[in-house]
Amino acid sequence: MAINKILLMGNPNVGKSALFSRLTGARVIISNYPGTTVEFTQGYIKLGEANPAIIDIPGTYALEPTSKAEEVAVRMIEEGDVIINVVDATNLERNLYLTVELLEKNIPVIVALNMWDDTKHKGIQIDVKRLEKILGVPVVTTCGLTGEGVKELVEHISKARPKKMEPLKDSERWEYIGKIVKEVQHLHHRHHTFLERLADLSIRPVTGIPISLLIMALSFLVIRFTGESLIGYVCEPFFEYVWAPLMMKLYHLFGANSLLSGILIGNLVEGRIDFAQSFGLFTTGLFVPLAMVLPYIISFYLVLGVLEDFGYLPRLAVLADNIMHRFGLHGYAIIPMILGLGCNVPGALATRLLEGKREKFIAATMMAIAVPCMAQIAMIVGLVGQRGGRYVALIFLILFLLLIAKGLILNRFIKGKSPEILVEIPPYRIPHARSVIKKLYMRIYSFIKEAVPLVLLGILFVNVLYALRIIDFVSGIFAPILERIWGLPEESIGALIIGFLRKDVAVGMLGPLNLTTKQLVIGSVILSIYFPCIATFTILAKELGAKDMFKSALIMLTTAIIVGALLNLIL
Amino acid sequence: MKISIVEMKRGEIGKIAEIQGGHGITSRVQNIGIRTGKEIKKVGSHFWRGPQTIMVDKFQVAIGHGMASKIFVEVER
Ligand SMILES: Nc1nc2c(ncn2[C@@H]2O[C@H](COP(=O)(O)OP(=O)(O)OP(=O)(O)O)[C@@H](O)[C@H]2O)c(=O)[nH]1
Ligand SMILES: [Mg+2]
Repeated sequence: MAINKILLMGNPNVGKSALFSRLTGARVIISNYPGTTVEFTQGYIKLGEANPAIIDIPGTYALEPTSKAEEVAVRMIEEGDVIINVVDATNLERNLYLTVELLEKNIPVIVALNMWDDTKHKGIQIDVKRLEKILGVPVVTTCGLTGEGVKELVEHISKARPKKMEPLKDSERWEYIGKIVKEVQHLHHRHHTFLERLADLSIRPVTGIPISLLIMALSFLVIRFTGESLIGYVCEPFFEYVWAPLMMKLYHLFGANSLLSGILIGNLVEGRIDFAQSFGLFTTGLFVPLAMVLPYIISFYLVLGVLEDFGYLPRLAVLADNIMHRFGLHGYAIIPMILGLGCNVPGALATRLLEGKREKFIAATMMAIAVPCMAQIAMIVGLVGQRGGRYVALIFLILFLLLIAKGLILNRFIKGKSPEILVEIPPYRIPHARSVIKKLYMRIYSFIKEAVPLVLLGILFVNVLYALRIIDFVSGIFAPILERIWGLPEESIGALIIGFLRKDVAVGMLGPLNLTTKQLVIGSVILSIYFPCIATFTILAKELGAKDMFKSALIMLTTAIIVGALLNLIL
Repeated sequence: MKISIVEMKRGEIGKIAEIQGGHGITSRVQNIGIRTGKEIKKVGSHFWRGPQTIMVDKFQVAIGHGMASKIFVEVER
């Protein structure tokens, strides 16, 4: 039989994505918490003459899905010719449940006994030959981190055979697994390691809450320091001393007031290029994404990557569980929010980790309204920061209070009860520098590939809007809302229009409008609330469905109007 | 003595005797590896009816308060 599709299936957080990346060389996000992968990714491997597809799948404990992410996994099953069942060797018994369920399906299975390197120091001994014999399918020991055993795994793929096993009842299955484990596994007692003691301390509230505050404060400082340093010592000097003179030459080359220099270089401010105000493709169009946003993208994802790989996020989720219940969510909903701080798109996707429609709706709406992405944060810091750090702090305080208010309100008005948390807490692992850098590189790459073109498009669009006087026309219509309710000048409509495309460019557009500090604060807050950017909107619409997306958007718009008006009255 | 996970003391060890609740809940709890006959150790609990953490075999699980109060263990006291 020809093998066209190979599936990587297993419990959450067992190293499927790590193996996938080793097998195919494709880049996928690998993190130490259950639920990293929420959709499938396809890659290819070489198998003799053939090039079958291999698919990385979200983790699942059993073939009865309990969340959207697990549903994705279970639905894939029908399509596989061979399943590589990735098993965490340090948790044999629990993992074998899915293995047996898969064997009952009569699909060719091969077992990758991953985390093999971890068994030794955990005092776990497994008789692999014996296990192979009992299961009746190939069993290969692997290490997703180093790639050990991956070659053998590939060699065994064509040997995978269906087991032809009768379906068992639930209790029979556990009994069968109990017998297997008893026969193949021996446990030795080991003393608690330092990491295990730290793990205990960070999950107990008395010690865990201070630790979490410390970690969050530290993260904030590192993100800020790294971001500021990159901007101050690398990006700004480059644009100031290397790029600006070059662009000036180009400006004169094209002719001072030509269309081309107008689009590429933009307007000069007092005879010089002002990267924040010129709004040319090569000036502001590159400066915004590369010198204002990218430094913070780098610093944020560096810190997030370390926390993810260490295994801190699920602990934070448990500590936050109580608070999140007031919003109709459970603690794990903090994961989409944290990812959303980097970019709302992966945040929106991660709502798949939540059980039901209600939770998804609440979490997605909360995030879209009150969790600004790093690109927007960086622009607020860059622009509003010039008026004083306390105004930046004020914006984030407003958004934070709004987040809480939204959660409380949504929980009150949407019928239903919040489900309870049930989540595996992975062991702490010391992050490998290589994995952290690889993941950081991936995220930077996708920012440059996906965001930078949109930023350029946004800047181009701004020029077109002004050149064709569309802005003048639209601003006339919206002037009453903008001026009377929000106290913003009518030209700020341009920022709201561009905000549909990219929030960072939109915030940047507030710069040349000569706003008062109050107007700048109101504008920044409104830009965060009123609507998600196009990329987030597309994902949210798919995740929530048209009806819920419409409801959610309505909430966003009303909130923007009300909050903007309130701020205009209070500030 | 039979008590629920919520009532266990930190560090206490017990054997799971009974999991109450509908099929949905029991199978979720079982699939994650918590099932009758398993020995567990209580790691910690959060105030205000917060989640309970337990150790099963070599892994830790956090369970919401309501769910944990329906899982009963046999402990020696
Ligand atoms: N020590 C050790 N760690 C591993 C091994 N394989 C993966 N890891 C780590 O285990 C964690 C989980 O790996 P992933 O590849 O993201 O796991 P996954 O199965 O794709 O997880 P989900 O997508 O959440 O279902 C990461 O921190 C990896 O670095 C291994 O063989 N040994
Ligand atoms: Mg994965």
